[in-house]
Amino acid sequence: MAEFIRFDRITKFYGPLCVVENLALGIGKGEFVSLLGPSGSGKTTLLMMLAGFEQPTSGNILLDGTAINDVPTHKRDMGVVFQSYALFPHMSVGENVAFPLQMRRLGKAEIAERVARALDMVQLSAFVDRRPSQLSGGQQQRVALSRALVFEPRVVLMDEPLGALDKQLREQMQLDIRDLHRRLGVTIVFVTHDQSEALTMSDRVAVFNKGKIEQIGTPRQVYDEPATRFVAEFIGETNLVEGVVEAVQGQEATVRLRSGAHIVSAVSGSVASGQPVFLSIRPERVDLSETRGEARNCLETEVTDSVYQGDHLRVQLQNAAQPLIAKLGRRSREFPPGTKVYAAFSAGDCRVIAP
Amino acid sequence: MPMKLAKFAFASLTILFLVAPLIAILPLAFTSSVILTYPIPSWSLRWFEELFTADAWRRAIFNSLIIGTGTTLLATVLGTAASLGLRNRLLFFCGSIRTLFLLPMVVPAVVLGVGMQVLLAGFGLTNSYAGVIIAHTVVAVPFVVVSVIGALAGIDERVELAAQSLGASPATVFRRVTLPLAMPGVLSGAVLAFATSLDEVVLTLFVAGPNQRTLARQMFSSIRENISPAIAAAAFLFIVATILIGLAVVLFRSMLAKRR
Ligand SMILES: Nc1ncnc2c1ncn2[C@@H]1O[C@H](COP(=O)(O)OP(=O)(O)OP(=O)(O)O)[C@@H](O)[C@H]1O
Ligand SMILES: [Mg+2]
Repeated sequence: MAEFIRFDRITKFYGPLCVVENLALGIGKGEFVSLLGPSGSGKTTLLMMLAGFEQPTSGNILLDGTAINDVPTHKRDMGVVFQSYALFPHMSVGENVAFPLQMRRLGKAEIAERVARALDMVQLSAFVDRRPSQLSGGQQQRVALSRALVFEPRVVLMDEPLGALDKQLREQMQLDIRDLHRRLGVTIVFVTHDQSEALTMSDRVAVFNKGKIEQIGTPRQVYDEPATRFVAEFIGETNLVEGVVEAVQGQEATVRLRSGAHIVSAVSGSVASGQPVFLSIRPERVDLSETRGEARNCLETEVTDSVYQGDHLRVQLQNAAQPLIAKLGRRSREFPPGTKVYAAFSAGDCRVIAP
Repeated sequence: MPMKLAKFAFASLTILFLVAPLIAILPLAFTSSVILTYPIPSWSLRWFEELFTADAWRRAIFNSLIIGTGTTLLATVLGTAASLGLRNRLLFFCGSIRTLFLLPMVVPAVVLGVGMQVLLAGFGLTNSYAGVIIAHTVVAVPFVVVSVIGALAGIDERVELAAQSLGASPATVFRRVTLPLAMPGVLSGAVLAFATSLDEVVLTLFVAGPNQRTLARQMFSSIRENISPAIAAAAFLFIVATILIGLAVVLFRSMLAKRR
C-alpha cells in the first residue's frame, strides 16, 4: 500500500504542555486508521493538525509526498466529521451537503445529482428539506458523514463521530461507516477512545498514550501481541503476571513466576535472560480443567469466585498469591469457589512484555 | 392569602408608577384644545395634522429619520466589526477592550456631550448631520456590541471549522456561515441603535445646530416655548415606534433561539 499521509517527527506544545511528542506515523492510501487512546492523549490535536486547524510546533506533515504545513485548511481537501456533527443550522440537509460542492463551483445540475446520491448513500433522501434541528442525532451524524464524503476528498477525518449516539445506533453506524469505506476506498483517519470501536472498524489501530504512539498494528496485532503494558491493559481485559525471564529460545521465552511455576510464552520485543517482565494472558484464552492436560502452560489454581454474565462465565482464580481471571464460554460447567483447577493456555496465548 | 393579595397590590402599584406618565400624556394627543391640559373638551386628530404639516415638526421628524438611519448603519457596522474582533481569544486584553466599548452606556451623557462638542469643533463638524450621527453612534455602538457578542457566543466554533474543511475560505466562512448565524443579533442591535438615536436628547443639545433638530430635541424645546398638544402627538408617535421596535427585537431574539 502506497504511503499517503506521513507525520514526520511532529511535536506540539500548548504553552509549556507537550501534547504530541516527536510522533512518526505513516498512513496508506485508502487505509482506515484509528487513533485510539485515553482522554487527553493528543488524538484530537493530531487530527486538528492534519486538518490544518492547528500548526505543529515542529515537524512536517506530508500528503502524497508534499509538505502541507503551509496549506490553509480550505485548500487541503479533507472532509472532517466532528462529534458534535457541526452541521450548518441555518441550512437544510440538502444545502448542507451541497455546500462543499458549491465551494468547488460545480454546476447546478451536477450538484443536485451528487447531493441526491450522497443522501441516498446514507438513506436520508426523504429528509433533503429538513433543518438539522429536526433530525435525530444518528440522522444528523449521517448528514455530516455524507457532507464530508460528497466532494470525494482525499482524506476523511473523524473525531469521535459516534460518541454522542446510544450503543445500538453506534454499533450500526460503525458497520455503516466501515461499509462505506470499503465501497468508496477513501482514506479515513478515525479518532476514538472506545477500543472495541477501533478494533471493529480499522485496518490499523494506533494506540496513543501521553502524546506518543505506543503501538501501531492491525486490530489482531494490538490485541494479541501487545507491545507494551499500556497497550495490553488499555485494549481489552488482561491478566498481568510478574516474572523473570529464565531463557529465550527464538520467538519464545521461559518465564519463572514468583510462585515458582514456569511459563513458556511468545515474545513481541526483545528480552534477555534474567530480566524482570510481565506476562499478559487474555482471560478468554484460559481453559480450566480438573486434570493436568496437554497444554504447555498449566497453573495450579483455586477458584475464589465465579460470576455468570450471560454470554460468558467469569471465574476468579488464585495461583499462590497471584490473582487470575478466566472467561469461559456459555457451555462451560460451573466452578464453585474453593474448587482446585488447572488453568491452561498455549505459549501463543500469552505475551512477554518488558516493563 | 393576605400575602398573595399584598404581592398583587404591590405589583399593580409598581406598574402604575411606571406607566403613569404615559397615561398622563397619551390621551392629550387626541385633544381638540390648544393647550396641553386636562380636561379634554373633545377628541380630534388636529395635532397629528399639525405634526405633519407645521414646518418645525416636519423637519424634526425628517431629521430624526436621517440621523437615526445614519446612526443605525454606522453603529451596526462598527459594533459588528468590534464584536467579531473581540471574539478572537488570543487578544489577552480583550476583556478591557470590551469594557471600553460598553463604557458609553454608563458615562454620563453630559460628559460625553461636552467632550463631543470640543472634539467635533476641532474637526469642523459641529452643526452638521455627520457630527450628530457620530455622536449618536458613540452611544448606540454598545447596544450593537452586546447584542452581536451574544449572538456570536452562541455559534459553535466547530461549525465554522467544518465550513473551512469543506473548502470555504475565511471570507466565505464569514459570509455563508458566521454572518447568517449572527444575523438576528445584528438586526436586533441595529433596531436598538435606531431607538437610541431616536431617543437621544443630551448629546444632541451639545452638538446639533438648529438645522439638525431631531424630534426629541424639538419636543424638549417646544415644551418650554409653547405648550402645544403637538408634543403629546409626537410622544404618541414615539410610543408607537418604541412598541414596533420592541416587537422587532423580540422577533429577532426568537429567530436566534430557533437557530440553536
Ligand atoms: N487549545 C488548547 N490549548 C491548550 N491546551 C490544549 C488545547 N487543546 C488541547 N489541549 C490539551 O492537550 C491535551 C491533549 O488534548 P486532545 O484534545 O488532543 O486529547 P484527546 O486525545 O483528543 O482526548 P479526548 O479523548 O478527551 O478527546 C490535553 O491535555 C488538553 O488539555
Ligand atoms: Mg479529542
